[in-house]
Amino acid sequence: MQTKVENNKAWFLVLPVFLIVAFSAIIPLMTVVNYSVQDIFDPYTRYFVGTEWFKQVMLDSRLHEALLRQFIYSFTILIIEVPLGICVALMMPTKGRGASLALILVAIPLLIPWNVVGTIWQIFGRADIGLFGAFMSSIGVDYNYASDPTDAWLTVVLMDVWHWTPLVALLCYSGLRAIPEVYYQAARIDQASRWAVFRYIQLPKLTNVLIIGVLLRFMDSFMIYTEPFVLTGGGPGSSTTFLSQSLVQQAIGQFDLGPAAAFSLVYFLIILLVCWVFYTTIMNMQKDK
Amino acid sequence: MAWMSWTLPTALFFIGIAVILVGMTTWQLISPCVERRGFLPLATTRGDRLFIGLLSSAFIHLAFVALTDVNIAVATVLCAFWMIILMRWG
Repeated sequence: MQTKVENNKAWFLVLPVFLIVAFSAIIPLMTVVNYSVQDIFDPYTRYFVGTEWFKQVMLDSRLHEALLRQFIYSFTILIIEVPLGICVALMMPTKGRGASLALILVAIPLLIPWNVVGTIWQIFGRADIGLFGAFMSSIGVDYNYASDPTDAWLTVVLMDVWHWTPLVALLCYSGLRAIPEVYYQAARIDQASRWAVFRYIQLPKLTNVLIIGVLLRFMDSFMIYTEPFVLTGGGPGSSTTFLSQSLVQQAIGQFDLGPAAAFSLVYFLIILLVCWVFYTTIMNMQKDK
Repeated sequence: MAWMSWTLPTALFFIGIAVILVGMTTWQLISPCVERRGFLPLATTRGDRLFIGLLSSAFIHLAFVALTDVNIAVATVLCAFWMIILMRWG
């Protein structure tokens, strides 16, 4: 009888990743925790203040407003990007040169750096020189993202949809290509409608990629900084100031390192909680099936 | 390490987390756990319950800081009880 040989050498291969994560994430996080309980002037001039910064941050109305805006923004783009990404993936050609061309075209927005995306939409939305702004003016809509909060929101959401729907579409496309042809053959034999094929074959098979897509998009949108910063600078007023922008204003603009560290930790805990809720809910839905 | 601006309470906090992680790993190696269902509305492993306990403890502390003027040690004691209940019956 053969005995199972245990070899734990593979754990040593994980060591480089562990070290990289330690230096890039764990040590900075520890430093942030240390900063959050002190009034920091420089690393050698600091005073222990306990939980004072946390109290200040938790009662800060700017944080509450930014948090509300952030949730509205993240859920808005998820509601738009996920169904739209699925539709795009369903419409993309599956074979031949058309498939390659469609893949390249769909992937283009993903290749553009975030600050460039902001600049593109900044120009695109201007009524005097931008196509979108000029189009809105030509149909009689008084559109100005720099002065009207609704227009600013519309532009920021459109920009994100343009930039990131391709990610959801590509994930769904890969999921759709992985469905064996026999499922479709069985559906044809049963004379299933197009909707039935989508509902009972394609959608269930897309669950795993959609989990990844929703989590990635939620985390990314919840941490969004560059695009709205370049496009609107958080304005008009503070109508498009999201959490990360508030944080940067506090940490770098005002150099309030202690309150900014406390803010970062609260922000981190919120992201951790929402991602855990998302992940657990989706995984349990799968188990129930 | 001076640039990390260590303080005694934060050092104790991280030592506590490290001890918990090492302890849980050792416990897992000695007696591997099985996913089970307690009073939480989902089946959980020991590690899941630890994660839920730590995350909820963080929010309990934040709520105490934001809503009351009670000493934070009270929240820590409450969280310790909460962790025991969660790990045993969660």
